[in-house]
Amino acid sequence: MAEAKPEFDEHKKLTSDEVEVTEELVPIYVMGQRYDVPASLTIQKALEYAGYFLIRSCGCRAGICGACSTVYRLPGSYRVEIGLACQTVVVPHMHISQIPFFPAIKAKYDIEELKPEADVLAQVYPEIYKCMGCNTCTRSCPMDIPVMEYMSAAIRGDIERCAELSFNCIMCGLCAARCPAENVQYNVGILARRLTARYLTPQARHVQEMLELVENGAFDECLDELQKAGEPELRKLYSSREVEPVEADEFWKPTDRHCLAALGATDD
Amino acid sequence: MAYPPDLKNLIKLVEKTRAKRIEQAKQGIDFPKTTLEEQEEIVRKFHPDYKEDGKRALAVGPNKGQRIAHEFADILEAYSRIDPDKFDLSRTDYTCDVLVIGGGGGGTAAALMAQEAGANVLIATKLRHGDANTIMAEGGIQAATKPDKDSPYYHYLDVVGGGHFKNDPELVRTLVTEAPYVISWLEKLGTMFSKFPDGRLQTLHGGGTSRKRMHSAGDITGCEIMRVIRDEARNRDRITVLEFSPAIELLISDKGFCCGAILYNLETEEYLVVRARAVVLATGGCGRLHVRGFMTTNHYGATADGIALAYRAGVPLRFMYSVQYHPTGAVFPEQAEGILITEKFRGAGSHLLNIRGEQFVFERGPRDVTSSAIIRECEERRLGVPTPTGRVGVWLDSPMLEVLHGEGFVEKEFPGKHILFERFNINISKEPMLIYPTLHYQNGGIAINKDATTTIPGLFAAGEVTGGVHGENRLMGNSLLDILVFGRIAGKNVAAFAAELEDTGKPTLDHVQKYHRELEEAQIPRSKISPQILPDYISDKVKRRRLHPSILERI
Repeated sequence: MAEAKPEFDEHKKLTSDEVEVTEELVPIYVMGQRYDVPASLTIQKALEYAGYFLIRSCGCRAGICGACSTVYRLPGSYRVEIGLACQTVVVPHMHISQIPFFPAIKAKYDIEELKPEADVLAQVYPEIYKCMGCNTCTRSCPMDIPVMEYMSAAIRGDIERCAELSFNCIMCGLCAARCPAENVQYNVGILARRLTARYLTPQARHVQEMLELVENGAFDECLDELQKAGEPELRKLYSSREVEPVEADEFWKPTDRHCLAALGATDD
Repeated sequence: MAYPPDLKNLIKLVEKTRAKRIEQAKQGIDFPKTTLEEQEEIVRKFHPDYKEDGKRALAVGPNKGQRIAHEFADILEAYSRIDPDKFDLSRTDYTCDVLVIGGGGGGTAAALMAQEAGANVLIATKLRHGDANTIMAEGGIQAATKPDKDSPYYHYLDVVGGGHFKNDPELVRTLVTEAPYVISWLEKLGTMFSKFPDGRLQTLHGGGTSRKRMHSAGDITGCEIMRVIRDEARNRDRITVLEFSPAIELLISDKGFCCGAILYNLETEEYLVVRARAVVLATGGCGRLHVRGFMTTNHYGATADGIALAYRAGVPLRFMYSVQYHPTGAVFPEQAEGILITEKFRGAGSHLLNIRGEQFVFERGPRDVTSSAIIRECEERRLGVPTPTGRVGVWLDSPMLEVLHGEGFVEKEFPGKHILFERFNINISKEPMLIYPTLHYQNGGIAINKDATTTIPGLFAAGEVTGGVHGENRLMGNSLLDILVFGRIAGKNVAAFAAELEDTGKPTLDHVQKYHRELEEAQIPRSKISPQILPDYISDKVKRRRLHPSILERI
């Protein structure tokens, strides 16, 4: 515990060396074992502070990779709470265990051979019908995704809705780990998203047009010119290049047509 | 975590100066801008890239004599984790056509292309498949895909302008001409790009772009790309993934071909021998080396292992003197440490303030100048604000925006950051943020050609581990592009190479023996070992009480 400090003097011209910022230690229980750790730490850093060298249960350390799924219980409560260890601050007297891996089923499929029909998700993952609507998955999601809702969409055959609702999934596996129906929600989600992007959303025609131009060598001469240019020449070209205004709309066209496809070539 | 009482006291000093600062801001009075000469001077004196005391001349290897950061030199001037004189190479644990080292975006793209070309592929990765900087890329991926306003020509100009005109022209040309192919490939694989209803891709500007060509999937572009290509890899036969098995040495045959690697199972602590017909190195970046002690936006495994491996085998490095820092990364609370705080705060008028609540730099100058001024305030002038985890930062006064632009402005304009800090019981509409420059990207790396080959036949490389395409400074949206362009090229070419090669020859560790002799001649102490594999964040208090060093040091 920090000792009593002299009163803070806000009129003094301070430097960094004259200030000590301290904080209290709080007890946490890692798989039952007590450690006292600084109160501001995340579960992840508290484990390291306590002396754990993390191999599993640690990835991006920023809440997007899903490596550090953790379950915990708070004092006086029977509830199992969930969180990402890198994003969850310790609570005094919490009991922690990590779930570094869950042996979930992942179907193998060829996206080119699947058809985006209503029952395709159920064909690949028939167990989705076992869902009993208990909502444990939604309550177990550290990304606040309405997991049960996207599973319902999957059961209804609404692939696009399933894709849209599951978009923020980081595939940490907590939903599957806690599902009494033994579903693997996050694998259903990614299948729905891939089908949606591949078949249920129009493909970008302008990309194919650009590929054709590149294929036909439309920009070869221009690029030769740049590749051969010395630094002074490049600097000149760089600083005089036309810049699309930030507020320009989607159909803005530059006035300088140098090294661009002929106008009209890509219109209908 | 709310601000502890010590920091709340210091915030009082920010509040004390706020009224006067706002009054001046309203009159259009900024902190005085410095002249161009003064800017160059402060960058030269305080930007980490220019800090000569932070660098040393390499004592060994192909780049001997070149000055690079100590943290990089430390992993290069180091011995192998194995004894090359005694290691038994007669045993083979895995055999494959193509070994891909690294399971991020670049490695996975390479694996997919190599498999398609008929190769049996083994991906060896340090953490889980997909645990990589790829998954953390939020902003987007650049590509000239809109012929009515953009072309690879303009993309090329933007890339070299961003890189201080030092970029490798052939690599840049490859990057920009392959870019639309990458977008098309991702679209076909089922990547949920943000689109207009007619299928046209939504595109935005990034820093330094002349056309809006930043394609995105919400604000989780890298995560979406990684999810999709990983799922695709899992669907394919002939792609095997070994997780928690980083490579710690390359194998070079008696005929001079790269023909496999030695892996290290992090859990059983066994060494494993992989024999391959050819190898792709895609190990990613360096943030967790914490160059000059900087915090980082990078993932846990970003320790530049591939650079150490390739260098030991004789592959030269490029642009290793150049590392990208972003001026405003969060330093408090610790769970947000390193996270980027957008420039938009300063654009809207937020002041940067020292421990006394005083301004010290014009807030809307170039990134390298702002970073340097923050570092000067904290390092030289000792006027930074210390944090409970022993770091130091300066205040970014967000609450003053509520006065300048009206109540509710911060929450409306910065919803993501507002929610993030709210989770930590900090209301950035009422309390300022603590920030410091954060290590973001390794501009340099091993030298490759436009076909992703290196100086060693059979060794291909792609992504952040390589250097040259971005010159001295990478633009936003070009790293996701880089890993996929060169990952795909590496995959195609490595498969063709593996198919044509008659006999790799007998694997050896001669290159390691030779490197060790060089290290000995340079009198590098035997205790220096690399690759580092993982950073060690165990508290000193615990380390002092240990009987043994941590698991990874126990070799």
